Amino acid sequence: MTGTSDSMTEPAYMRTEAVDDHQVGSTKLFAWIWAWLLLLTALEVFLAYERVEVHIMITILLGLSLIKSALIMSYFMHLRFERLGLFLILVPAMVFCICMMLIMFYPDSIRLMDMRPH
Amino acid sequence: MSDTEFEGIVATPWSGGASPFGINSKKLGMWLFIVSDTLTFSALLVSYAYVRLATPDWPRPFEIWPAIAKSSLMTFVLLSSSLTMVLAVAAAHRHNVKKSVRYLILTMICGAAFVLIHATEWVTLFHEGVTPWSNPWGVPLFGGTFFGLTGLHMLHVTIGVVYLGIICAGYNKGKWTADHVEVSGLYWHFVDLVWMFIFPLVYLLSVNPK
Repeated sequence: MTGTSDSMTEPAYMRTEAVDDHQVGSTKLFAWIWAWLLLLTALEVFLAYERVEVHIMITILLGLSLIKSALIMSYFMHLRFERLGLFLILVPAMVFCICMMLIMFYPDSIRLMDMRPH
Repeated sequence: MSDTEFEGIVATPWSGGASPFGINSKKLGMWLFIVSDTLTFSALLVSYAYVRLATPDWPRPFEIWPAIAKSSLMTFVLLSSSLTMVLAVAAAHRHNVKKSVRYLILTMICGAAFVLIHATEWVTLFHEGVTPWSNPWGVPLFGGTFFGLTGLHMLHVTIGVVYLGIICAGYNKGKWTADHVEVSGLYWHFVDLVWMFIFPLVYLLSVNPK
């Protein structure tokens, strides 16, 4: 999060000079993020063939996808380099809403799954 | 406007002022759209996950070839397009228009490739008798959720390719600025991000274990 007084002297939309690597990230950094995303995807495909109960599998896959989306949002979508205020107005409320959806639906679907005749 | 006056307006992010988030309004607008679209996709994915877990005998028809190989390739293509997009934005911020346009075109090629591979995947399923209303394996919701989720995502990718094309042409002509490229990049990465959830939930949870 860059919240230095330096960047506050003029709003971003008035900035015309080139932004340095510190603010936009370097090619090497982006290539690393890309490599990690590919690695996590490969891990997901590998795990899909393991014989695990479906509700455990969905939790593992969702967890890995959450890591991937955090990487994409922080680096590709630049959120890590924005002010903290922007992150706070966008992400916590969104995560809260998604958690509310999961609280409503997730446990009940597992209950229904357990009710199946084995 | 003098510097001291201006610093007074944007003193801290919490005191409001002209630019509390230090970004332009286009970018804030795109972020707000992304939040609302995230909730749309979340609702669809959560309801899909619900029926997926709660339905006994959910079909698991996806073989390594073609479905899993193709969808993995699509993931690779989309992730790579995100890399070229981020490089296009970085080049645009360094005022390297030529390089930025080249990366934007690469991104569009990857996006178009994604849609094409996805279309062949759909055609294969149509031939197997899968429609949004029925399929040969029983649970009719399988087709509905599959085409609903992947269809809405494919629509986003298609719109994204067109959007990038418009931005790319305008930026090349000098009509638009690096900020426009960055905002279109946000949309493109979001489309990539959504696929990171659709791919494991729709494809990998229905792999044929044999």
